[in-house]
Amino acid sequence: MSTGLRYKSKLATPEDKQDIDKQYVGFATLPNQVHRKSVKKGFDFTLMVAGESGLGKSTLVHSLFLTDLYKDRKLLSAEERINQTVEILKHTVDIEEKGVKLKLTIVDTPGFGDAVNNSECWKPITDYVDQQFEQYFRDESGLNRKNIQDNRVHCCLYFISPFGHGLRPVDVGFMKALHEKVNIVPLIAKADCLVPSEIRKLKERIREEIDKFGIHVYQFPECDSDEDEDFKQQDRELKESAPFAVIGSNTVVEAKGQRVRGRLYPWGIVEVENQAHCDFVKLRNMLIRTHMHDLKDVTCDVHYENYRAHCIQQMTSKLTQDSRMESPIPILPLPTPDAETEKLIRMKDEELRRMQEMLQKMKQQMQDQ
Amino acid sequence: MDERQSPSPCSSRPSSPRTPPCEMLGSVGIEAVLDQLRIKAMKTGFEFNIMVVGQSGLGKSTMVNTLFKSKVWQSSLPSLELPMPQTLELHSMTHVIEEKGLKLKLTVTDTPGFGDQINNDKCWDPVLSYINQQYEQYLQEELLITRQRHIPDTRVHCCVYFVPPTGHCLRPLDIEFLQRLCRTVNVVPVIARADSLTIEERNAFRSRIQENLKTYCIDVYPQKCFDEDINDRLLNSKIREQIPFAVVGADREHLVNGRCVLGRKTKWGIIEVENMAHCEFLLLRDLLIRSHLQDLKDITHNIHYENYRVLRLNESHQLPRGPGCVNLAPASPGQLICPGPGKVRRRANKDSKEDEG
Repeated sequence: MSTGLRYKSKLATPEDKQDIDKQYVGFATLPNQVHRKSVKKGFDFTLMVAGESGLGKSTLVHSLFLTDLYKDRKLLSAEERINQTVEILKHTVDIEEKGVKLKLTIVDTPGFGDAVNNSECWKPITDYVDQQFEQYFRDESGLNRKNIQDNRVHCCLYFISPFGHGLRPVDVGFMKALHEKVNIVPLIAKADCLVPSEIRKLKERIREEIDKFGIHVYQFPECDSDEDEDFKQQDRELKESAPFAVIGSNTVVEAKGQRVRGRLYPWGIVEVENQAHCDFVKLRNMLIRTHMHDLKDVTCDVHYENYRAHCIQQMTSKLTQDSRMESPIPILPLPTPDAETEKLIRMKDEELRRMQEMLQKMKQQMQDQ
Repeated sequence: MDERQSPSPCSSRPSSPRTPPCEMLGSVGIEAVLDQLRIKAMKTGFEFNIMVVGQSGLGKSTMVNTLFKSKVWQSSLPSLELPMPQTLELHSMTHVIEEKGLKLKLTVTDTPGFGDQINNDKCWDPVLSYINQQYEQYLQEELLITRQRHIPDTRVHCCVYFVPPTGHCLRPLDIEFLQRLCRTVNVVPVIARADSLTIEERNAFRSRIQENLKTYCIDVYPQKCFDEDINDRLLNSKIREQIPFAVVGADREHLVNGRCVLGRKTKWGIIEVENMAHCEFLLLRDLLIRSHLQDLKDITHNIHYENYRVLRLNESHQLPRGPGCVNLAPASPGQLICPGPGKVRRRANKDSKEDEG
């Protein structure tokens, strides 16, 4: 409505008004309508935090969302840690800001990587993520789809220890187990123990190792060519500083006459929100202010669809083995495909994919021109 | 037997209460013995073997360089092409450092890859077998009929264990390792990379670690049961209150207030390694080098090595009698890696009681 109104107020003559009305259809107002509906409905976001204990995960979550979700947490003693297994804990909190409601769920993974023998310590986590996908799949295929609860994990912040010389075997194992199921955003934790040159070296090293091991972390989407320079510059800086070196703090200290969130050391004060000190602001902007919706989209469009396709394939292959089995999910009653038709279906899928890739390439070429 | 009670000439143990002090009628010049000892020490020099254990990246090599103020150790980054070593390999390097005419033959043993794997079960076995190997070498030399005048001492005198600064408490891996190692060697735990903890977090972490050490009966150096007299006890109690030291290592110098100091330069300040307000590196250095170096060697020789020797000789069922040579059955690794804790403690007490009684 806004563009239409602007023109209307400038040219106030009634005959012109009617002409202009005839030219504009008026759907430029759709984003505003979506905006109003979303504000009414509210957003939800599920964030998982994973990493060894003592890397400042809870402190960082506290700093990001400015709420203390861990008030009643009791740190485990050493005796309890010896027999601890990896658990999954969920904390949900409703945050409201300027009329916009966010239902934030934090999935914590205490006990990860803490034992002497950490083989497959990521299994409870992959099981949890799969469970959420399965639950959503069932709900989506069910009869009453009005109130589907979306508990799928939209983003996983993985904390890498700053004391190592890059990725540890546990880090590689975890990320390889989860990179096809969840958007992984690797972070360098407790970055205040590193000097700037060490941070640079560590980031390079981690990027090299991520490439070397073939880990697919969350990629920031390319910004459109018609965005302004500022935005493009910001986007470039964001991509160059991955993985983010972050610091978290639960305390507010006094620095240069101002009260800032930071850590007080005998040799100086680290400010969490100072871009020269750490990448916390970049992470917060990326996670909440600019890329939250994209994270949810990638989860729905890529990870969930992969899971769904995999699930359906498994079920259909099971059906061919045992045609008497009732499918638990109501799918269209297909005649049980034999090997020939399955091959055909697969070939057609491949063709479709190839055609899509060609279309994308042509689009790219047109854009470059 | 008498020689074994005080093997090192520079030990500062007081004379046993058996012999009452007698009245001196004039000066005999006994103090000159100290000068003679000093001259002899300058000629032969000292040996010190230190082992550093901890996960990679905790600043072990930097700490060794900072302690001995020289590039004793080049920290080695694992390169991307080589795969992570699957088993723990120990590397030893020996350097001779000289200060004011006194030579110190320093051997540093590093343990790259400790605790870095996904499955760290039994990662302490290579370390324990290395330490026992050194004891075995010394034992074999000692049992020869014609012994060398000065047996080369490769036994590990001190093991510095680097605890990662999680801020919570000791991890299961730390507890397993420390429990096994403090029975065989002097262990000094330190909080590594302490510049990631504020002062309150440091103190809270330290008190939790001390509780853990007590709960699991981990006796770190300086051990309470080896305190000889009231002076020792006072001095060592002060040290015990502050173990584990929160240390920071650095090998670069920066300019602070016109002075050149070793430190780390960050965007919010310079962390001075030798400033007591910043970290406790000086306490570690004083403990290891300036005040307790000889004590570390004494305890290794008198207690840990003796325990090992008794175990080995009991195993082979042949105690040395007279000038005949002793045939020792080769040690099988399983028997020696974890001696029972009770046995070790009792032997230690018995030795000290023999010294006094």
